[in-house]
Amino acid sequence: MKFLISLILTALISFAACLYLPWWSIAVAAFVVAALIPQKPGKAFLSAFLALLLLWGGLSFWISNGNEHILAHKVSLLILKMDNPYLLILATGLVGALVAAFAALTGAYLRRSAA
Amino acid sequence: MRIIPFLASAVVTGGLVTVLNTSLVLPAPLGKLLSPQHGVWQNAEPVNKSFSEDLKLPGLNGKTDVYFDERLVPHIFAEQENDAYFVQGYLHAKFRLWQMELQTFAAAGRVSEILGEKGLQHDREFRRLGMVYAAEIALAEGEKDPVIKSECDAYTAGVNAYIETLTESSLPLEYKLIGFKPEKWSNLKSFIFLKYMSYDLAAREDDFEMTNARGFFSDSVFNRLFPAIQDSLDPIIPKGTVFAPQKIFPKAPVGADSVYLNNKELVMAEASQPDRDNGSNNWAVSGSKTSTGAPILCNDPHLGLNLPSLWYELQLSVPGFNAYGVSFPGAPGVIIGYNDSCAFGFTNGGRDVREYYEIKFRDEKREEYSFNGEWKKTKWRIDTIGIKGKPDFIDSVAYVQMGNDWCPVMFDPTFSGKRTGNKKNYAVRWKAHDASNELKIFNMLNRAKNYADYQAAVTNLHTPGQNCAFACKNGDIAIRTQGEWPAKWKGQGDFVMPGTDSSYLWQGMIPQDEVPYQYNPERGFISSANQKPVDESYPYYLGRNYPPYRGIYINKRLSAMNNITPQDMMQLQTDNYDVFAETALPVFIKNMKLNELNAEEKKYFDLLVAWDKRDDVNSQAATIFDLTWNHFDDTVYNDEYAKAPAVIMQPFESSLVEGVLKDSAYPFLDNISTPQKETLADQVTAAFKSACKKAAVLASEGKLEWAKYKHTGVNHLARLAPLSRLNLPIGGGNHCINAAKADHGPSWRMVISLTAKTEAYGVYPGGQSGNPGSKFYDSFIDQWAAGKYYSLWMMTAAEKTDARVKWKMTFSK
Repeated sequence: MKFLISLILTALISFAACLYLPWWSIAVAAFVVAALIPQKPGKAFLSAFLALLLLWGGLSFWISNGNEHILAHKVSLLILKMDNPYLLILATGLVGALVAAFAALTGAYLRRSAA
Repeated sequence: MRIIPFLASAVVTGGLVTVLNTSLVLPAPLGKLLSPQHGVWQNAEPVNKSFSEDLKLPGLNGKTDVYFDERLVPHIFAEQENDAYFVQGYLHAKFRLWQMELQTFAAAGRVSEILGEKGLQHDREFRRLGMVYAAEIALAEGEKDPVIKSECDAYTAGVNAYIETLTESSLPLEYKLIGFKPEKWSNLKSFIFLKYMSYDLAAREDDFEMTNARGFFSDSVFNRLFPAIQDSLDPIIPKGTVFAPQKIFPKAPVGADSVYLNNKELVMAEASQPDRDNGSNNWAVSGSKTSTGAPILCNDPHLGLNLPSLWYELQLSVPGFNAYGVSFPGAPGVIIGYNDSCAFGFTNGGRDVREYYEIKFRDEKREEYSFNGEWKKTKWRIDTIGIKGKPDFIDSVAYVQMGNDWCPVMFDPTFSGKRTGNKKNYAVRWKAHDASNELKIFNMLNRAKNYADYQAAVTNLHTPGQNCAFACKNGDIAIRTQGEWPAKWKGQGDFVMPGTDSSYLWQGMIPQDEVPYQYNPERGFISSANQKPVDESYPYYLGRNYPPYRGIYINKRLSAMNNITPQDMMQLQTDNYDVFAETALPVFIKNMKLNELNAEEKKYFDLLVAWDKRDDVNSQAATIFDLTWNHFDDTVYNDEYAKAPAVIMQPFESSLVEGVLKDSAYPFLDNISTPQKETLADQVTAAFKSACKKAAVLASEGKLEWAKYKHTGVNHLARLAPLSRLNLPIGGGNHCINAAKADHGPSWRMVISLTAKTEAYGVYPGGQSGNPGSKFYDSFIDQWAAGKYYSLWMMTAAEKTDARVKWKMTFSK
């Protein structure tokens, strides 16, 4: 249950924060959630990882789909040197997921060392 | 010790964020770029996006409604004229901001601020040419005119109103990719952009190259390689036209030929040059030759093909006028187009209006220079060039006064352009440095009602000089080879000239009433295709290097045509007939030593013989001809050029074909590095055999067809291939009316039939949106490549509910 709540909270706060703040506010969101909701560091890592994989992967898929992948074809060639919109969507999810996961891990360890 | 895992993961997190937020480790800040709420995904425009919006903006005076049609062309209806320019600026920025920024940075010599040190050479050259100096002079002149000042102020306010709305996520894609932020627009930037067009169209010269050629070759060789007269010329103003009496009599300085022009010392500097083929076609046929009895005007300017396009299509409808056509993102008004009374279009004049003078300084400090026997004081312009990631570069450029004009010493021992080792000082006298009010032309043309209005408008055009075509609903057609042109003595400015003596300066400008023009000529049409404007009976010297071929074919076709329809004109604009091949191919066929050809070569030869001389998409013969011609040119001239200096003029394109047509014993045919004497047949056959080898390789790669061989593409302005459209299936080429070359060609095709209700067609190789994530980014390109047009819609106020209106933006204060 805590896992799911952490996941949903991390995703929601990340989304809300990014409306006003720079992209790395996802790290702050994941950190705060992990610091407040007690979970084992491994689980905190995983919940935040999944939260951002779903949020960033989902958002970029939704945007790209509405765009008929016009941009993703071009940018995947530019950045990944491969014409594959889905790979760019996956890369987007993974970038967000990694940052959030390590931020959550930091939050969980902080909670443990404070306790 | 529990703090250790915390610290470790905190460091990892911090490191990750830093790496993904900067370009320190990865080539791009991937976190920033890929964040769906900030980065490139925000530029993925929904294909069903609505562009409708209601805006209240300070700076507007009345109400303006903008109706976008299905091609995203805005039809701007403003209660006040200046509001229309405000909205034009706003829309240019909304759809094309990055392009406006890049073009003005490039023009002003500020590329290093974006690209780092690799832009420095370009920046120094452009500043030393005096691009910003020229723009400052033009701005001062333009702002003296209250109409132009308020037009520019409104336009600038519109651009800036859009820039102010931008957030990190709504920045155009390229800002995110390259990592910089928009700068505020200013009136000066519009003038810097216009000077970029002057650079593109009126900076071409071959002074250093010709000077070295003159020094390297003997007189007789030189005159044969670079003849002053082209046999095939069919001038813009037909032969036999009587010109106004000459009022200025430029005098060649005593000894110009013998003393200076035979200088054997080589020049070691080399300037960048705009594309030699920045040309164009325009013509107008009078009602006597059309099916409806109304004149038709056609124009297709040939420029670099880029995405986003140089052009942005729009309609401006204000109380004073109603104009439709293409505009320059960066400047107010319609540039090429039509209004309710008439149509107007341009081709480049192409005359040499940029001269170099060798300056003699007193000593290395360059504080004083010799002029007319006196030591005069240098002025300095200190240029601070910002470089991304590096300290500024300070460049001090000397300015010397020659006559009344202050000219930058563009090349000096610290800067040799594309070369190294120059020890001399060369000042540049460029016509684009002179004060003139070019925006006035478009302000006046947009509202022109008749021939007199057109004439009053275009005479404001000083530089870049253009062949201005005009047609009017009252039946008038006209063309003016307009510009403020220096009145030159024969040969003036073909070479670097001495800068110590005022006798080598321009001695005056050709008076406007001596500028050649045609008004309702008897032959029923006017046309221009960058050929030499007049024949030898014109009293002033116009230089020697003009492309003759497209003009010959256009005039031949127009003379023969009658009952012309707009569809006929579209066919003519997209005609792939190669008139150069018509001239040169018989030389190959007649002189080929057939008995020396093997079976494969014979097969290619048969293709040439059977060729209809059309550079069509799938023509293999067009490729074989081009290969043969290039090899022939090399075979004939390479021996003469073997020991030539690096900076040297190559023979004019027409020299070789006219040379061998006139004289089958053309002296250059012999290879001077072999003991035997080569003949025309030897060289033609040798060239053809080399061409066949290349053709066989191309055939094995499946690239022998003309379109695949020449690979026309529309490149993204930053040369990012995924944002470009390459290898388009389009025919035509250098010598065809459809002048589509590798990265250069018809940048806007337009056909306007001035019937009671105007019938207008147009297309450009691009799309209305500059956003690579928009479906409107390149939406016209396939239509353009296929030689098809869009029907242009001059919308009326009564058509607000027409089905073609897809979105509506409103602007008010």
